[in-house]
Amino acid sequence: MSDEEQLPDDSAAPDSPSPAAAKKVPEGDPKVVQGKHSAGGGGTPPLSKERRQQARRRVLRTILLTGGVMGAALSGFLPLVYAQKQRLRPPGALDEKDFLSSCIKCGQCVQVCPVSAIKLADLVDGFGVGTPYIDARSQACDFSCDAVQCILACPTGSLTYHKPEFLSVRAGAALAAKPILLAKEKDAEPTLNLNERIGVARLTRPEACLAIQGKGFKGQARGSNFKGRMRYMSVNRWKPIKITEHPYDVAECDLCARECPVKGAISIETVFAPDGSKRKSPVVHEPCVGCGVCEMICPVESAAIEIVPREVWKT
Amino acid sequence: MNQVLKRRFRDQIMVMFGREPKKPEQITERAQQVHKLKRVTNKADLNAAKEHMRAHQEHSTKWRNRRWATLIIANLLFVISYYFDVQMLEGALTASRFVGFHLIDLNSALQVMLAHKHIINNLLIGTGTVLVLWVLLGGRTFCSWVCPYHLLAEWAEKLHLYLVKKKLVTDQTIDRRLRSVFWLVFAVLAIATGYTVFEAISPTGILSRALIYGPGVALLWVLALLVFEVFFSKRAWCRYACPIGLTYGVVGILSPVRIKYKLDGCFHEGDCRKVCLVPHVLDTVIKGRAVDVEVPIGPDCTRCGLCVDTCPTGSLTFEVKGLSKLL
Repeated sequence: MSDEEQLPDDSAAPDSPSPAAAKKVPEGDPKVVQGKHSAGGGGTPPLSKERRQQARRRVLRTILLTGGVMGAALSGFLPLVYAQKQRLRPPGALDEKDFLSSCIKCGQCVQVCPVSAIKLADLVDGFGVGTPYIDARSQACDFSCDAVQCILACPTGSLTYHKPEFLSVRAGAALAAKPILLAKEKDAEPTLNLNERIGVARLTRPEACLAIQGKGFKGQARGSNFKGRMRYMSVNRWKPIKITEHPYDVAECDLCARECPVKGAISIETVFAPDGSKRKSPVVHEPCVGCGVCEMICPVESAAIEIVPREVWKT
Repeated sequence: MNQVLKRRFRDQIMVMFGREPKKPEQITERAQQVHKLKRVTNKADLNAAKEHMRAHQEHSTKWRNRRWATLIIANLLFVISYYFDVQMLEGALTASRFVGFHLIDLNSALQVMLAHKHIINNLLIGTGTVLVLWVLLGGRTFCSWVCPYHLLAEWAEKLHLYLVKKKLVTDQTIDRRLRSVFWLVFAVLAIATGYTVFEAISPTGILSRALIYGPGVALLWVLALLVFEVFFSKRAWCRYACPIGLTYGVVGILSPVRIKYKLDGCFHEGDCRKVCLVPHVLDTVIKGRAVDVEVPIGPDCTRCGLCVDTCPTGSLTFEVKGLSKLL
């Protein structure tokens, strides 16, 4: 009848963390067997003092593990509550709350991007850990893939061509018309299948802008160590190259407008300065989808033009 | 399946949800006879037989090797697929595409469905494919044959056992019902908050992404879990916490792939329970507990095969239900 020899070490080993109590319970104590069965079976004999103590400690440990795991899990809220910095999500992303609830954190969007614009967020993003974002300054989405491959790759609809009807579209987030991709302007279907913008470019540091200062630019747009890549139609439509391999020499800086992949999204215009004098300035227009190429290519440090993630178009 | 086995099958499902295994209330007559014969066997004869068996025992690591190889290859496939852009297995363990076919981890899919409350076709297809796949392959087979955290935890367990032997630590057991509670809590949290709360701390997801997309701070959480397991509680995450394991365990209820226990040749020495990662499923090998002469092991078994490797008498074997009848 004896079960002792077949006991697994987890029930035979003394449960108590204190050596004093451990001495009182020799290994293979038959009482241990009864204790193990008390949860399910009826008619258990009364527990000894040590067993009661052990059971109490076990409950405490269970609470400890519960607390630890739940604490870790719920700490994911903190970055959201204190979020100062908004992430630029890949094209076709749902609104942030819906995006976080639907993203399965698999990184398939990362894998298909031809310019490796998409990165995965780390633990500091809380519930956003493993979700994709774009750091436009270091590598923007320049739509080298032509078809917004990341949306195609997404298995859960976090990135989507067509938002389900029950999800609302924020005012100003919807694009007036499907954006025309300059790279395929001559194709039968020149538009990108995008209905909403992911952000809007904004001249955040006009004082630094070379165009406003009337200056030109010569050399590698972002210095010789910059790793960012872009597709230049004049070089190769199908193969993005390093920006360092494509130096510029322009009399008046217009890099943001020159490299913008979307038709009519940004132009260099003559504007009046507050003092009444005329000068040049980049002006962002409604078709801007927020891809970030202007932010990446802007040759001044730090960029004069930046994407405001999830910003809407205000007329 | 006879009434007694059906009853045990139901009991084993309860054991998976956290109930402690208990002595069976009903045992078939055939099994009772075997139990009785074992009791009346001359002790000296029995010991002689045991020693003979021990002397001829082959120490096999066949299933462990196969399993580790499968686990490493499965995870490497993701890495290779991305690094060499061969598009064989794109994505991570949470969701992927195998040569174009969607595969979506059941627990991750569940979290997303509960949090987002909207299910698109690709999600449904991927979840369905994986469901069928793991029903065929054995449910928690996912844990021991694919999950990268399982492998780390296995090594952590070896370290833990070494420290136990040196009397430096003792295993602190925790209530197994906690895993079911966590499963429910994370499901409710997903519905209520709209965030996939569990995904943020899932070591399976974190490790899989770290392997494929490079390491991050999130690995500290995995490290913390491993430290907890080495110094405090053996296999704590897999045993008492991981809702993924329970999800696949439920899938395993339907699965034909399982370990089968044969009462006849067993000496009840308990080697299998010492190596088992989920020893509560092996309660049937305790002397006098087997309800029939052949008893399938319950759904919480990860089908890792360590017991099959260890058993000196060949009383534990892999079985595909129905297949043996066909062949």
